[in-house]
Amino acid sequence: MLELNSGLILWTILTFIIVLVILRTAAWKPLLGALAAREESIRASLREAEDARAQAARLLEENKRQLAQAEEGSRRIIREGRDMGERLKAELLEKANATSRGMIEQAKEEIRREKDAALIQLRSEASDLVIAAAGKILDANLDTPKQRQLADAAIREIAGAAER
Amino acid sequence: MNIPAIQISADAPRTAADSLHALADTARALAEHGAVPGGEKGTVDFTELLHHVQDAKELDSPFGILHLPQFPPFHVAGLSIDMSITKHVVFLWCAALILCVVAIAVARKNSRRPVPTGFGNLFEMVVVFLRDEVAVPNMGSAGLKYMPYLLTTFFFILVMNLLGLIPWGASATGNINVTAGLAIIAFVMIQASAIRAQGFGHYLAHLTGGVHWSLWPIMIPIEILGLFTKPFALCMRLFANMLGGHIVIVSLLGLIFVFGSYFIAIGPVAFVVGINFLELFVALLQAYIFVMLTSLFMGLGMQAGESAHGGDGHDGSVDHST
Repeated sequence: MLELNSGLILWTILTFIIVLVILRTAAWKPLLGALAAREESIRASLREAEDARAQAARLLEENKRQLAQAEEGSRRIIREGRDMGERLKAELLEKANATSRGMIEQAKEEIRREKDAALIQLRSEASDLVIAAAGKILDANLDTPKQRQLADAAIREIAGAAER
Repeated sequence: MNIPAIQISADAPRTAADSLHALADTARALAEHGAVPGGEKGTVDFTELLHHVQDAKELDSPFGILHLPQFPPFHVAGLSIDMSITKHVVFLWCAALILCVVAIAVARKNSRRPVPTGFGNLFEMVVVFLRDEVAVPNMGSAGLKYMPYLLTTFFFILVMNLLGLIPWGASATGNINVTAGLAIIAFVMIQASAIRAQGFGHYLAHLTGGVHWSLWPIMIPIEILGLFTKPFALCMRLFANMLGGHIVIVSLLGLIFVFGSYFIAIGPVAFVVGINFLELFVALLQAYIFVMLTSLFMGLGMQAGESAHGGDGHDGSVDHST
């Protein structure tokens, strides 16, 4: 155990170097290479996952903003529609009112004109009647003071009516 | 370690192995004198047990003892090098083979699928731990290019440690020569990474400790000593921890032979089961500590370079070895 045996030392060194040379190319290089490659791929995956997460967050943010914009837009459109409806309604109402007022005016005008015409006709007819009645009365007894009085009163009355 | 089975135990036992031999001698002496009931069982050679933690020229297997091929030592530059295949060499190779098969299978499986499962996941968890908790905190991102070395060291030591826990197995890391080999590689890696990070000139300048030139004769030997104590501590720590656990198990089992009774076996066996679980933990812990300290030392050398470039200089790297 303790005595020196240079042959065994040499065997050890020789064996070790051979094992080292064999394993260096056949085992350690592939093993460490695979390890490094896996670590690199894990690191890359993590980085990609982080990127994807950030992108998703960005998209979500953008979506939210767009949604808010769309909501705002729709609200504006509704408000505008309602305003336009109100305005339209008021306009139509105004127009209808104006039309009806015009028609009423026209009708009133017509009525007045008809009434005037009727009055004129009535007056002329009344005067004809009065003249006829007066002729007949005159034929009978124009001289009777009482009857004259009556005729005067009647004429005055008619005239008053016509005046009115 | 061919210590004779019977030894004069009056000598102060210097190593754990010596004390175990002393224990074995006591047991045999007791058995021979018939002092223990059922003493005839005590004639079992206790040193047999100790073989399991020692290097050997043969291999115990379920099919009997296999004799390993032996070569005559050859001489290089006055050194006699015996490249014979021993038990620990065999388990060194077993660990290398198991590690290669498992690691390559896991690498294939994991690089094919986007998400690893089961054992591949466990394996990868350890790899990630070593990368993110050991290499990067100690060496910074520059340490990533030393990951293959650290991973190989960790899993190689771990498999060798664990092989000692299976029946007929042995921990090659319980042999100081194996841990010395690993420590020499660690030494080379620590110096190489330091030179690579700060350049050879700054590396040499760092050895002066950044003190006044008149102190260099003191400082330079200390710094150079510091370079060697770090891997030496790595070597001793791993070896002693792995051997220690096995010796505890052998000692506990040895109690059965000391008392020479099967009835006493319940206690030691229960303890040995507990120690085995502890060993499982220690196997993992020591592999971790070896790699952790290696990367710490590498990181110190590399950062010393950075601060030297910054002009400040020295961070006092003499001490942190033991």
